[in-house]
Amino acid sequence: MQETKYWTWHMISGVIILILLGIHMITNHLSSLLGWFNPLGGESTEWGNLIERGKLMAYVIMYVLLLATVLYHGFYGCRKIIFELGISYRYKKVTNILFIIFGVFLFIIGCLATFTFYIIANAAL
Amino acid sequence: MTRQNKSDIVFHVRRYNPEGNEKPYWQNYLVHTETGMTVLDGLMEIKESQDPTLNFRSSCGMGVCGSCGMLINGRPALACSTQILEITDRDLTIAPLPNFDIIKDLVPELSSLFIKHSSVYPYILNNEKDEMDRPTGEFYQDQQELTEYLQFTYCIKCGICMSACPTLSTDPEYLGPQALTQAYRYNRDSRDEGFNVRKEVVSSINGVFKCHYAGECSNVCPKGVDPARAIQLLKRELVLDYLRMKKTKVKCKVCEKRKDSRKPEIPEAPPYDVL
Repeated sequence: MQETKYWTWHMISGVIILILLGIHMITNHLSSLLGWFNPLGGESTEWGNLIERGKLMAYVIMYVLLLATVLYHGFYGCRKIIFELGISYRYKKVTNILFIIFGVFLFIIGCLATFTFYIIANAAL
Repeated sequence: MTRQNKSDIVFHVRRYNPEGNEKPYWQNYLVHTETGMTVLDGLMEIKESQDPTLNFRSSCGMGVCGSCGMLINGRPALACSTQILEITDRDLTIAPLPNFDIIKDLVPELSSLFIKHSSVYPYILNNEKDEMDRPTGEFYQDQQELTEYLQFTYCIKCGICMSACPTLSTDPEYLGPQALTQAYRYNRDSRDEGFNVRKEVVSSINGVFKCHYAGECSNVCPKGVDPARAIQLLKRELVLDYLRMKKTKVKCKVCEKRKDSRKPEIPEAPPYDVL
């Protein structure tokens, strides 16, 4: 049953990435064309616009969620590739543990960066 | 009137004897071929008139038993169902099925297939133990319920789908398309209640989620079974079950035997205790 759980969440995370990455692309790369989520006008990557967006808790939540889903989706894919190399059950278990540790580590680093930027953006008022 | 073709075909046959050869080698035979000759006919011709040491497996000669699966011009197929002149007019390469050990020459060791097949409980599992042991009638199944799994019952266990599977070629522990298709076939059967037993096997680390959906198993199946479809439907069943969205099966009714439906000259089966 574990594999069904992992695979189901792999699929769900794929759909979430599609939506959240879409929002990211629209806000950060297409805003000069579409003009959305660009409070101060001009280029979306300008410092002022970044700060304005960074003040919003919704953005923080979105990026934390995107980070979590991307890490899960990516690491699940890597895990499957490694498992297909025909490694023994013991090494599969070790691989699982290493991926969980590395994934959680990257998630914490990412969350710290996101929340730090949220604090900086709000302090810049 | 059909046009008769005749041609001399060179059979490039991969030979290997694990007891005598360090590695496989190719041996060539010239076979006079006419329209209507199958690859199996050609191999029998070689064995009878040129080289009695050539080993291959065959039985029914009409695509029913699944014994003569081999790699013909790079594609796994049944030798008895493959017309030589339909696929070549000069050279024919014949090798044993990939993804299996070789017993000798063109004879693959299919025991891994049968072990995997038996691991998915390929039979009706019903909770009504009394009815299964001492049947009072038949489990009723309508045409629609039969159609849902009918095509998957055509599997002849030839191993051709397994030999075409790219996942199995890198990971021999993967259950493979044959076993997974049979698991789905029994899960879909309205008389069966073994989904929870089978899901432990098919959703294991070597189970259904290793499938990449290359679809080669369906392309090569000589009986027109679609294992790739069965695997995707099996994935769906498992996911819906995990999300608690799977429809519960309607209990299959037992139809009592009608006394007038049986021809009087056919004797009744002996009572259970005698068996």
